[in-house]
Amino acid sequence: MSEFAVALQSDPMSLRLEDGSCVAVVGGGPAGSFFSYFLLEMAGRIGLDVGVDIYEAKSFSGCGPASCNMCGGIVSESLVQLLATEGINLPGNVVQRGIDSYVLHMDVGSVRIDPPGKEKRIAAVHRGGGPRGSTGSAWGSFDGFLLGLAASKGATVIRERVESAAWVGGKPRLMTKKGESPEYDLLAVAVGINGLGPKLLEGLYCQRPSGSLVGGIRGKGPQLLEDLGVAYGPPKLTKTFICELPIGAENINRYLGTSMHVFLLNLPKLEFAAMIPKGDYVTVVMLGEDIDKQLVNAFLNRAEVKRCLPPDWEIPADFCRCSPSINIRGAARPLADRVVFLGDCAENRLYKDGIGGAYRTSKAAARTVAYYGISAEDFRQHYLPVCRNLATDNAIGKVVFATTHLIQRLRVTRRGLLRMVAAEQKSGAPAGMSSVLWDTFTGSAPYRDVFRRTLHPLFLGRFLYEIAMAAFARNGASQERRWEQAL
Amino acid sequence: MGTSSLGKVYQPHEIIVRQGEPGHCMYVIQSGKVELIKDSEGHEIFLGELGEGDFFGEMELFGKEPHAATVRALSEVSLLTVDKKLLLRKIQEDPSLGFRIMQKLSNRVRELENELMNTTRARLDDTLEMIRRSPR
Repeated sequence: MSEFAVALQSDPMSLRLEDGSCVAVVGGGPAGSFFSYFLLEMAGRIGLDVGVDIYEAKSFSGCGPASCNMCGGIVSESLVQLLATEGINLPGNVVQRGIDSYVLHMDVGSVRIDPPGKEKRIAAVHRGGGPRGSTGSAWGSFDGFLLGLAASKGATVIRERVESAAWVGGKPRLMTKKGESPEYDLLAVAVGINGLGPKLLEGLYCQRPSGSLVGGIRGKGPQLLEDLGVAYGPPKLTKTFICELPIGAENINRYLGTSMHVFLLNLPKLEFAAMIPKGDYVTVVMLGEDIDKQLVNAFLNRAEVKRCLPPDWEIPADFCRCSPSINIRGAARPLADRVVFLGDCAENRLYKDGIGGAYRTSKAAARTVAYYGISAEDFRQHYLPVCRNLATDNAIGKVVFATTHLIQRLRVTRRGLLRMVAAEQKSGAPAGMSSVLWDTFTGSAPYRDVFRRTLHPLFLGRFLYEIAMAAFARNGASQERRWEQAL
Repeated sequence: MGTSSLGKVYQPHEIIVRQGEPGHCMYVIQSGKVELIKDSEGHEIFLGELGEGDFFGEMELFGKEPHAATVRALSEVSLLTVDKKLLLRKIQEDPSLGFRIMQKLSNRVRELENELMNTTRARLDDTLEMIRRSPR
């Protein structure tokens, strides 16, 4: 270890990585891959020689949910820019479609929102090898790309499923079907909140340094972790619905183009829905309470949705779909001595930009590990503030989405919103409502920024004026139809 | 370039930034090549060529000076812009984000030092040669 690294980690009481230390990362999704990549990069900068093993059973090359980490597959505008600054440029076979605008659909009309510059800075990707039934050979997986990136930095990818973890001699060990791993100096848990991740968290068990078994019964993990100071409390989740509609590249170019289509419809239980055009498929994402088959059919049969699809296209009897969970409140205490939780199983952004949230928590954890140490106190001082910052922003996000929900419920507010956006787009000054909606629906800016902009007196005054105009203008409906025809 | 590319596409010979114009963003080359040209008293001086993964416009992010050179597309080129405001705010939150930019700037300083050294050495050699040849 270089003198610089020693100087950086100068607190003798702190646990820290040294030359030859080994780190286990459980889960090779974006959080695990980003953590491994940045840890190896930062360690290299300060001359610290550490090994990183990533345990990931998925290959991300197959098609269907088994090879996929189940999400809408949007890399936000801000994350695309940050990754480019980090030297991570998403390859053309991973970016299924560059998104440069979005179209807001409501029952009172539709309006297209173009950001200034009209540049494709949002990437639509598939997390796995492609939807079930797709040939998928031309496209690469986003998660596979990130895992490859971590491997290119020197991480070893172990294609095994971790079944449980043990605490031996004060250090973590992992159990797979093939047996027990060597002891690690640090365990980074990035198992997500879907698939087998939660089962692994429940399966964690601990052994005292003497070797006597503290526990080993599945389902008792959290309590046992608490005995060793790992007082992890799992995040609060809600279900979403995602499906992949096989429409074909030509039809997608014709009907959806390079725009993300956002729907604010007054459907019971539906908060928000979006159609994301990709290579040959369109990803439909629905957020709300208890989304069932009936609600999905009601949504797909709405006139606003059908207008985005070819007229002769019918919903196939079977298509790739899943109901993954999303994080709506972060985990409690996602840290302990030699243990850190990352991404969704720690804290993430509310509803949007989950990959961006994984980048932020993983990079903050990597910074802590490389430059400060691996004790609970190190994580508390240098990692937890990033998680708390996300949590505070999410609390403001809840207010933003509650306001959107209110606007969605009343026809007059929907018309007012449509009028305001259309007027901004026509004037070529897409600030105000256009930028607020852009950042809310694409996740490109923190919710606190979005909220601050909505409190501006000019913004509020203009919105109230447009609502009043929508309520009293006799030709309002015909004006809205004209905007829609202009799309 | 199809729908799967990110950024904005420029055609060959198209000017991307012009010397003297203010800079509001950094450009990251996604594909293709660009050339850097400096206008000096009506003459174009070729400064260099950049390709995929390289970036330019970063110096203008940290100061208020306009673009020091013109950048022109050599082939069809796809460029992603990184907003000045976003980048500076993120560097404030996470200073390690600026590492690659600092690395590039320090490489450039080293290259300039080498060039200056070579130029000075060449001038010195020329002067010594002149002195040697001059009649005593």
